[in-house]
Amino acid sequence: MIVPLPAFVAIPLGTAFLLPVFAKRGKAVATVLANLATISLLVLAIASIGQTRVYEIGKWSIPLGINLVLDGLSSLLLLAISVVSAAAMLFSIRYMEQYTAKAKFLCLFLLMVAGMNGVALSGDIFNLFVFLEIASLASYALVGFGCEHEELEASFKYMVLGSIGSIFILFAVALVYGNTGSLNMAYISKAIQSSGLNRGLTFALALFVVGFGLKAALVPFHAWLPDAHPSAPAPISAMLSGILIKTLGVYALVRVVFNIFGISVSMGWLLIALGLLSMVAGAFLAIGQWDFKRLLAYSSISQLGYVVLGIGLGGLIIARDGNLAWASLAILGGLFHLVNHAVYKSLLFLTSGSVQMSTGTRQMKQMGGLAEKLPVTRATCTVASAAVAGIPPFSGFWSKLILVIAAIQAHFYWVAAIIVFVSLCTLIMYLKVQRYVFLGELPENLQEIKENRGSMLVAMVSLACLCVLMGLLLTPCLRSSILDPAVQVLTDGVLYSANVIGM
Amino acid sequence: MLYALCFLLFMIGLYCAVVKKNMVKIVIGIMVMEYAVNLFLIMLGYRFGGIAPIVDKGQLDLETGQIAAGFLNSSVDPLPQALVLTAIVISLGSLALMISICIRTYEKYGTFDITQIRRLKG
Amino acid sequence: MKGMTIIVKTISSWVKVLIFLFGIYIVLFGHLTPGGGFAGGVILASCYVLLMLAFGREYAEENLSLPVASKLDCVGALLFAAVALCGLLYGAASFFWNFIHQEYLVGTDYEFNLVSAGTIPLSNIAIGLKVGASLFLVVLVLSMFRPEMSGNKED
Repeated sequence: MIVPLPAFVAIPLGTAFLLPVFAKRGKAVATVLANLATISLLVLAIASIGQTRVYEIGKWSIPLGINLVLDGLSSLLLLAISVVSAAAMLFSIRYMEQYTAKAKFLCLFLLMVAGMNGVALSGDIFNLFVFLEIASLASYALVGFGCEHEELEASFKYMVLGSIGSIFILFAVALVYGNTGSLNMAYISKAIQSSGLNRGLTFALALFVVGFGLKAALVPFHAWLPDAHPSAPAPISAMLSGILIKTLGVYALVRVVFNIFGISVSMGWLLIALGLLSMVAGAFLAIGQWDFKRLLAYSSISQLGYVVLGIGLGGLIIARDGNLAWASLAILGGLFHLVNHAVYKSLLFLTSGSVQMSTGTRQMKQMGGLAEKLPVTRATCTVASAAVAGIPPFSGFWSKLILVIAAIQAHFYWVAAIIVFVSLCTLIMYLKVQRYVFLGELPENLQEIKENRGSMLVAMVSLACLCVLMGLLLTPCLRSSILDPAVQVLTDGVLYSANVIGM
Repeated sequence: MLYALCFLLFMIGLYCAVVKKNMVKIVIGIMVMEYAVNLFLIMLGYRFGGIAPIVDKGQLDLETGQIAAGFLNSSVDPLPQALVLTAIVISLGSLALMISICIRTYEKYGTFDITQIRRLKG
Repeated sequence: MKGMTIIVKTISSWVKVLIFLFGIYIVLFGHLTPGGGFAGGVILASCYVLLMLAFGREYAEENLSLPVASKLDCVGALLFAAVALCGLLYGAASFFWNFIHQEYLVGTDYEFNLVSAGTIPLSNIAIGLKVGASLFLVVLVLSMFRPEMSGNKED
């Protein structure tokens, strides 16, 4: 089925602007419409798997007009975005009843989805910036949605750092345009290949790394994340941690570094260093946390390190003209971990939202013994914890295993050792969650709580099933249609431009 | 030289955003950065003695639909101007959002000083 | 907020029509002269902001109340989407395909007339509505300060 690519942006955007019309008449209509939008996006994303196309908006041919590019990496991202957003939207049907202005929430939510889909599809570097800003603006507003002390403070912090990141990116776009005379990614890449990197372009690359690093919350730039992610309402935390930092940060960075500028040895080392720093620092900071969602947020930083590490390792091997099979294995590990993390981290944030809604607190010291009271939440949380810690049948195990194998194959034994070590730290922090939230004594004031019902359970259980089944993505049939094309895009590197112009 | 001045403006904005303690001043710093980048974009497309990139009847050969060569050689680059317009729209949106969050924060905390707005830690 | 002195009130009640007209002109002629949806929309909004400054917020709200402005905002966005969608549906062409221009106006000597650019003036009108309404909303909401609204639309 040929999906018109602008639909990925137009459906959420159109629905977002349709919603306020229903604001007075009924929240039910708005909720149904928003859910229909996310579910239809999921269907479209599944339908567009395995296709590679270029879409010229308004039939302006490539270097003149704006174009959208669908390739393996984009469709992988689109799939992850639509799965997480459908689940979070389903979850928020009930969860958001405790807030006022639900229609505004849905509107901003859909704007964020539209921006992320746009980032994943854009084939034009300025358009990428515009969509990135749409998604980030919506997320700034959503973080401060509760309008309480902490939320506003976190939102302001996030917004200042995010805006500085965006301005760096815009500056880099301007430098790239000044040096290559084009805004289309394929043509920029062609111009860079023929003329080589000059000083202006190198500076632009540095600005891109800082800008996207700020968006991705890699470790030297991570200060906003542990405040912003816990402060948002739970479905939004799931979206932010699950997919937003990956789309705006990692995906955009990887696209720029691999497909536009071309990977170099120093860039590969930089990505590996950022990845390792994030992994280790995130894990250590997470273990000491007593706030449930804050722990999850730090763990996100740590898990994102795995993704960047895998991709950087692959890039380093490519840049050294090493064995291409090793490189693609490392990149496969990174990308697979990206998808896995999207699923289980959003599930974890949804369960934390469920716990918070029942108990009214996020402090783990005030909880305990919730296993009897919240059986489904407990079960799904255990599945997700097992997945994130890398216990064998669950999804996280497979991606970490691939990363370890790739590191050993490429003779980076110390990297493999760090991966295993951080995995152990992750196990410790999730055992802590299980111990203090679900086991132990039930406090007096929590005797009366009940399990949440309805859409929240459906969302959590379906994500938990996905967590168990994600390992199936490695079976040859699914792997060749979903993961391998995405890896192919990155191993091809600057061949991207020839592919796009040729189409 | 002019580019260096742009960069200086950018750094002033960054300094203001990083060092100042007042929320509104931070927002102003961010906007100064934004405008420095916009200025840079405009100057990329600028051409000394150039003309505005607007086609009117004088420059268009009505028979063939071709644009006069002299116009193409002397007009400034219109693309950065379109980019700047878009960037201004975006910065307008983020400015409005930032200011509204500043106002809400002032309502809650009664101060704009970020050293006193410290509920979150770690 | 009961507005400013009588001088300001009188002058602005004369000027407001001119500003509004100028905004409409900028929106409609955006494809021929500098301007367009965004610039025109800003001028339209500034007309209402002038009213708000001169006569007080209540007066401006009587002219263009908050729900109405919010609706206009959405209508503008949806109109823009509809123009884009028409391009997609018309003859299985592309999103944002300028169908009016390509089908009816190529080869005619309409150049530099008001109707020479196909869908572009339509999009300009849509954007003008959207920008005007949302900018007015932003100023209105920020001036309210206390009540329970932090709605902000970016575009």
